[in-house]
Amino acid sequence: MDSLNSVILTPVFTAVLLLLIPGNFRVVLRLVAILGSAATAWTAVSLFSRFEAGQAGLQFESLVPWVTVGPLNLAYHVGADGLNIGLILVTGLVGLAAVLVSWNIERHVKLFYVLLLLMIAGAMGAFASLDLIFFYFFNELALVPTFIMIGVWGRGEDRNWAAFKITLYLTLGALTALVGLIAFYVAAGANSLDVTVLKAHLATHPLSASAQTWIFPLVVFGFATLVGLFPFHSWAPVGYAAAPTATAMMHAGILKKAGLYAILRVAVPLMPDGAHRWLPVVAVLAVGNLLHCAWVALRQKDLNLLIGNSSLAHMGFAFLGIASLTVIGVTGTVLVMVAHALLAGLSFALSGYLESQTGTLDMTRMGGLMRRMPFYGTAMVMGFMASCGLPGFANFAGEATVLFGSWKALPWLVIIAAWSGLIIGAVAMLRALRAVLQGPEKPEFSRVLDAGWWRRLPFVVLLSALVLFGVAPGILTSRIEPAAKGVVAAHLTPSQAAESPAVPAGNPASHAAPAHSAH
Amino acid sequence: MNYSLITLEILAVLLGLTVLVADLWVAPATRKALGLGLAAALGCLLAFAVGSLAPQSGSAFTGMFVVDDLARYFKGFFLFAALAVVLMTVDFAPKFGAGLSEFFALTLFALVGMLFAASASDLVLFFVSLELITVTFIVLNSFQRTRSVSLEAGVKYLILGGVSSAFMVFGIALIFGTANATNLAVIAAKQKELGQSALFLVGLLLVLVGLGFKIAAVPFQMWAPDVYQGSPAPATAFLAVGSKAAGFVLLIRLLVGAVPQIAAEWHRLFVVMSGATILYGSLCAIPQRNLKRLMGYSSVANAGYLLLGIVAGSAAGSTAILYYLAGYAFTVLAAFTVISAIANHVESDDISALSGLGQRSPLLAAVLTMALVSLAGIPPLAGFFGKVLLFKSVLEAAPGHPELYALIAVAVVGVVISLYYYFGVIRAIYWGGQSANLSTIPVALPTRVVLLACVAGMLVLGIFPQGLMKIADHAVAGLSHKAAPSAPKAAH
Repeated sequence: MDSLNSVILTPVFTAVLLLLIPGNFRVVLRLVAILGSAATAWTAVSLFSRFEAGQAGLQFESLVPWVTVGPLNLAYHVGADGLNIGLILVTGLVGLAAVLVSWNIERHVKLFYVLLLLMIAGAMGAFASLDLIFFYFFNELALVPTFIMIGVWGRGEDRNWAAFKITLYLTLGALTALVGLIAFYVAAGANSLDVTVLKAHLATHPLSASAQTWIFPLVVFGFATLVGLFPFHSWAPVGYAAAPTATAMMHAGILKKAGLYAILRVAVPLMPDGAHRWLPVVAVLAVGNLLHCAWVALRQKDLNLLIGNSSLAHMGFAFLGIASLTVIGVTGTVLVMVAHALLAGLSFALSGYLESQTGTLDMTRMGGLMRRMPFYGTAMVMGFMASCGLPGFANFAGEATVLFGSWKALPWLVIIAAWSGLIIGAVAMLRALRAVLQGPEKPEFSRVLDAGWWRRLPFVVLLSALVLFGVAPGILTSRIEPAAKGVVAAHLTPSQAAESPAVPAGNPASHAAPAHSAH
Repeated sequence: MNYSLITLEILAVLLGLTVLVADLWVAPATRKALGLGLAAALGCLLAFAVGSLAPQSGSAFTGMFVVDDLARYFKGFFLFAALAVVLMTVDFAPKFGAGLSEFFALTLFALVGMLFAASASDLVLFFVSLELITVTFIVLNSFQRTRSVSLEAGVKYLILGGVSSAFMVFGIALIFGTANATNLAVIAAKQKELGQSALFLVGLLLVLVGLGFKIAAVPFQMWAPDVYQGSPAPATAFLAVGSKAAGFVLLIRLLVGAVPQIAAEWHRLFVVMSGATILYGSLCAIPQRNLKRLMGYSSVANAGYLLLGIVAGSAAGSTAILYYLAGYAFTVLAAFTVISAIANHVESDDISALSGLGQRSPLLAAVLTMALVSLAGIPPLAGFFGKVLLFKSVLEAAPGHPELYALIAVAVVGVVISLYYYFGVIRAIYWGGQSANLSTIPVALPTRVVLLACVAGMLVLGIFPQGLMKIADHAVAGLSHKAAPSAPKAAH
């Protein structure tokens, strides 16, 4: 069973299997969790490589009717196209890494892995779903695990407050979006929440502009809260700082992207009038992310808060690309989503390892760790450089593409974005590197250990993906572009639609479009 | 007249009498076995009620009593609830000291009241069945005679229940005076001219007061927290599930089945009632420290969500109510089964007493967590799809009625608040404070069975809604077909 269903069901079955194993068989529990997530990741990689690039339609589709009563017609409908295939791949990779970094969980091992695997399944399901009720269903599957994980295994005095804050914010956002989706269902009159059905229906019975004007913000701002759009972002840094490493990796890396994905999947293509009216607002708020969150990141002493804020700043690029409403911009957004998933996963894995060795994340107390931990230090330098937007890492490709795509529509915002994203962000990251890795060695950290071979695995997996997509972004863009065209199809004038936009010259390798290398 | 229609009710009464008589011969030590036998008998009744041998559709007693799909749906519902309550009572029994068989018999008589309510198509039968429920619950609520809170619960229920019954019977008198009939079919046929009569409308309003008390909707919710807190856990569970559902089946029969046009005219009243109930229940639940009292406020809030279906005033709204109630039943029964199972092992009903439950009994902790998550309306559990259906029914009715958008906003706020207090309990279970006592809590087999059935119910309704949706849709379709030939929604 090598399909989208198996990437959703493998983690679920693994979780059920874990429930059947007695709680004190820790080694077995860990092993089963690792095997399950590795199988999931392997399936995701295999799906990605078998995905036919350059095709516009859906691949690996499967459809099972779910509720058909009266006019109501809901279905379990999964399928992959350029928008989600990359996300499915990174969900597999970050999920595996998250399971691998959880070796230092000692209490309630079984519960921890069950919840983590449910999060992976939820993220996979959300990205694969084409029926919005199932998208919502899977997306919410991660909510309770997040809450319990922060509470039971979280760190810091404030974790109680953080657990409630993240839960309530995410619920408020999700429910707002849910009301928007139901209103959309009612207004569209297609008796379905399947995006393919809705698309076909709306092509002949377009939604009135006035309905779009009030439904679009419900959906977009609801989902944007899940992403952490300024000013609905304050849950994210505190939540991630309090969360155990694996939860922060999954949430910041993967689940946050579900909101963006939904906006790309539903709001922008199906409500073009609403998009025209509201996306400028989103663009301005995105600059809020880029400036405010980057600035806040600069002032942090806690490494996790720094990463959390800088990860929010990166989300500004993603929103900017959506707001540009161009094929290049949207392609860039998806690229940013994929790259940032890997980067956020890597960053939180790095900080988690550091905390396990030094017992603190206070950067003012650290220093000179590069000498003690050469491998770890190198990984950290690479990860943080990727975050600065260094060419050669996937993030650069994504951010550059977004900036190219948005230049025509939003030149001033692009200037601000480039300035803040690339300068403030870089300053924050470089200062963190200096504080942690360089300077004199501190005697209290004389006993820290570099990552052993086994512990290196998650870093290696995530870094090599970042480098691969950084050197050859064409692997991704050739898959994303046809779908990105579909997203903005309703917004293009006929002449724009005719010219086939090339991938920008941001990276020489992207011209080569080595899609075949993946086979 | 077709007496076979009331087979189920007759069997339930006989079962109750049998328990009372059997009590004379069963030694106190083996009374638990009596409960198990009773549960088996109820299981047979349930199988009979939902199986193909159940009474065919029809009406008896000059149209007073009807058996239709709606009645059958609720009969199955009540029988399941009673079965679960009897099984949880078996585990709770040591807390009673004496009188276990009487508790069983009273539970059965309350069940008979609910079974009649499910079929009531006449205001007189409305009243009689509700009184049967109320009177038995007065005793059930005060069953722990040595605890003053339990007695207080009984007295409160007695007085407020009495007042609400008085309102209701007064309303019925006014309706009878103006309509010259108490039968719903007759009233439905005359609703146009009756709608002009102020006296009839006052009567209808007073009947709604009585039903509002049953479902614990604002402003008739006053009794719920105290009674929920004081009553023994099994009685509270039956009250929360059975009594509330009985109120809703009567509301549906009256408002959707008999007087849809007047209900549509009054829809602003229901908007206010629903919104106020949601907000009151949610806000008051925040500071609660007692789990059963918290469930009382949560039950008020849930009455508000259920009223969304009445506000929608459509078949979709009624279907949503039926679906939501089924999910609510599994959820609340699961929660109260856990509460009764730990009653003998923790010192109080306080939420803080739950600390360490995650270690003491992973099963009970997991089931209670799932119940609370389902109440909060989070997938993949039953509460999620129920809430989606309710929201959908309201949004379908919303174009042209801006106040419905405000109501949806209130409902969303209510759900977010409810998450705060439900998750507060989850926190107490898994990481709230240090518990001195970490001894394992044993879970007896009957309790285990109820828990697993409820978990299965929550999961099935959450993940595979198709089956029950179809049944609920059917149950409601028959209703509007029969009594409301032309029910234009929005009459204003």
